[in-house]
Parts: sequence; C-alpha cells; structure tokens
Amino acid sequence: MYPSRFSYEAPSTVAEAVAMLAAADGEAKILAGGQSLIPMMKLRFAAPAMIVDINGIGGLDYHRADPDGTYRIGALCRHADLEKSAALADVQPTIAAAAPVVADPLVRTRGTLVGSVCHADPQGDWASVMVSLEGAIVAQGPDGRRSIQVADLIDGPFQTVLAPDEIATEAVVPAPRGTRAGGYLKLERRVGDFATVGVAVSVEMSGGSVARAGIGLTGVGPATINASDAAAALVGTALDADAVDAAAQLAAEAAQPRSDHRGSADYKRHVVATFVRRIGAQIQRSEQEAA
Amino acid sequence: MSTLYEEVRPSDGADDAVPVRRVELTVNGERRAADVEPRLLLAHLLRNGFRLTGTHTGCDTTNCGACTVLYDGVPVKSCTMFAVQADGHEVLTVEGLATASELHPIQEGFKDEHGLQCGFCTPGMMLAAKALLEENPNPSEDEIRWALSGNLCRCTGYQNIVKAVMWAAEKLGGSADDAGDDAGGES
Repeated sequence: MYPSRFSYEAPSTVAEAVAMLAAADGEAKILAGGQSLIPMMKLRFAAPAMIVDINGIGGLDYHRADPDGTYRIGALCRHADLEKSAALADVQPTIAAAAPVVADPLVRTRGTLVGSVCHADPQGDWASVMVSLEGAIVAQGPDGRRSIQVADLIDGPFQTVLAPDEIATEAVVPAPRGTRAGGYLKLERRVGDFATVGVAVSVEMSGGSVARAGIGLTGVGPATINASDAAAALVGTALDADAVDAAAQLAAEAAQPRSDHRGSADYKRHVVATFVRRIGAQIQRSEQEAA
Repeated sequence: MSTLYEEVRPSDGADDAVPVRRVELTVNGERRAADVEPRLLLAHLLRNGFRLTGTHTGCDTTNCGACTVLYDGVPVKSCTMFAVQADGHEVLTVEGLATASELHPIQEGFKDEHGLQCGFCTPGMMLAAKALLEENPNPSEDEIRWALSGNLCRCTGYQNIVKAVMWAAEKLGGSADDAGDDAGGES
C-alpha cells in the first residue's frame, strides 16, 4: 500500500519546521516516529500534502529531570529509550510501567511519547499516563512557545487543540509534591493490539498520605479520560484499601466504554476498577518494602 | 511501480523535473543510491529497487514484523518508514547476515533447531534476534520471547524460533563454554 503523494521536507531546526508548517497552510503533518501516521497514510485515512520529518532535528531525543524534579521528554525520545532507562522507575514509575507495554518492541524503537500524545488516539497509552501526571505539552509556533495541559490538549478522537503551524517539542511532567509512586496496567488480547482497557494511576506521597493523585483511562471512551473524581478520592488518604476501593468505583463510573469485540461495556468498567485496585495494592506493597 | 523508484548510480545528477529525492544509504555494508518518490516505503526500495527480496512484506499494516530490518543497528518495520528517511543511514537486511562462505550463527541456529516452517517470518525474526543478542548476549527464554513479540509466525513455530535464538546465543559465546561443540551442520 502506498500513501497519497506528498512533498517531503526534512528541517534541521524547530524554527525551520515551524516555518514549513506555516507555509503549508494546514496541509502538513509532522513525522516523528511515524508508527501511527504512516499506517494511516497507507490506508489513506490521512493524506497530508506535506510531510515535515523532524528526525533530523538535533537535541530532541532527551528525557531528563531538571534540578527541581520537573521531568522533560523531547519530541524524538522513543518509547524504547524510556523502556530501557534503568533509572526511570525511581523517578517516573508510571512512565516506566507504561513504556514496555506500548505497541510491540519494533514499534517502540521508532514511536515517540510526544507523537503518541499528539496523535490523540483514544487507545493511546501515553496520553492517559500524562493526564495522570498532570503533564503538559510544550508547543512552538510562529509566535513563540506555549504550554498546554495534556488534559486540555485532546478535544476528541484524533483531535488536539494544537494549531496547524505549531509543533510539540516536548512533554513536561511537573515536579512532585513528595515521593512519586504509580503504575500503568493494560489489558490487550495480544502484544501490539489496541488496549481493551488501560489504567494509569500516579500519586505523590508526603508524610504517609497522598498529596496529589491522578488517574487516566485508555480505550474506554471517545478520548483519553481524566478520572479526576476518582483521583480526588485518594488525596489526603494513606492509600488504604477503602480509599483505593472508592477511587476504583469512581474510575469505573468515569469510564465511557462501548461494548465491542474486545468486551462488553460492563466488563471494561469492571477491569478499570480492578486495575485501579491492583495498582493501589502495588504501590502499598512497595511503600511497605521501602519503609 | 516503475514511477516510484529508479535506481541510479551515486554519481548521476538529479533530474529536477521529476518529483523525486536522491537517497544515499549503506545497505549490507555497500553504498547504494536511488531517486525515490517520498512516499516510497523503505521495504519497497529494498525489495523492488535494490532487488533484496529477503525482506518480506507480510501484513503491510505494521503488525507482523516480517519486513524487519536493522536501521542503524535498531530493528524497525521497513513497511513503516519512508525510503527517504534512510538517506545517510545504514540498513542491514537478511541478505547481509551470511558471508559468501558461512551462515551467520543466527541462521545456523534457525537451521539446526528447525526454527522455521514456511519461512516467511524468518528474515524479520532473525534480524530482531540479532538486535537482541547484540544488546543482551545471554538472554533468558522470557527475554527472547519479549524481544520477538513484534514478529508474528503463523505456522505457530515460536517454540523452535526461541530455541534457535538460544542456540545462536550460545554459539556467539553468550553463555556456555562449549558453545562451539554442537555447531556443526555445515557441509
């Protein structure tokens, strides 16, 4: 299968890329990992007139912590870079848990976290992870940079509020208010399948109680779901079983699953609640081991 | 198909009137060049342009991994990259595994352990295995299964594929001291 014809540009700086996007008048798409875009182009679901390949732009492949604990993931940081980072589990446990279950090992060598978030597939793992972490995307356009919360970035299936002449240069996770803990669980029928259900839970523990919590849901609605009521039920608690159970129920209520070949809506809601409980139990176990 | 690529010698000048781009890349250690339409997939440049038909296109939808090649040493699905993206890069296909006289140990392993039935997925399996063994010379069975989980075999021959990779790991010196002892089979 071949995509429709397009013109190809390979800028060497972000500023050049922005200028190309602006000149293309909304007809250009950015190519980073391409593991979602190229299949969609081959199926002709997408037919951009111009491809702006950012793989030649240097200095975008990082993931690192600022001195204050803010975590930054560049637009060319591949899933595999995160998966293979031994240090990541301590500082960003939810990201470390999700990296190995995104797609399959071959897709992970090319695909990027930032690209996945901007692709805004309701089945995308990273958007849920970033929502749970109150993460943001930094977008650069002709008029400068702006930061957009991932929860506000996605406004529908495959839709974001990014302007056609903006490029997402990095994802940013704010510094934690305490010790980070969290996890990501995904139910899939086989490796590389879209998630039947994915659940990201991120908490920040301070003085034995939850200072901040976030829960993001994958594949159980028309877009990534920010289960904020469920997360709020964890804040101020010691992450005890009752609190986790309350959050699990609220997360299941926040899900908007549809019955399909991957399972009934009731089943998917049940899995959402089960995954919240499992991640809660995982966190409790590791807290006890650390104590 | 013929409008999508035209192989040229590296020294030829580009024709500005044709909507193509010149790519120069190293394939299996050899410098190659071609003028390609940007929409040409890397898998098709390799197969149809360079006649390296060992790279198989199976599903053509980024699922099966039969088209796996090493791109700067990293396993990628060549049906999910554009040929223009390989400009200035190194690609290794299954044709680059063996030398004129010797199979690569991974190929020997697939032969000795009967790691293939129809053979369609085999090139991708072997290249994914090569990338694994370079990163982790002594993988566990779980690690092998994990690393190959993006490569589908529809003969359901995974058991022997895993054995073949373990065989190759030993042969390459990853674990056992007597790695060379059972390495025969070449006639």
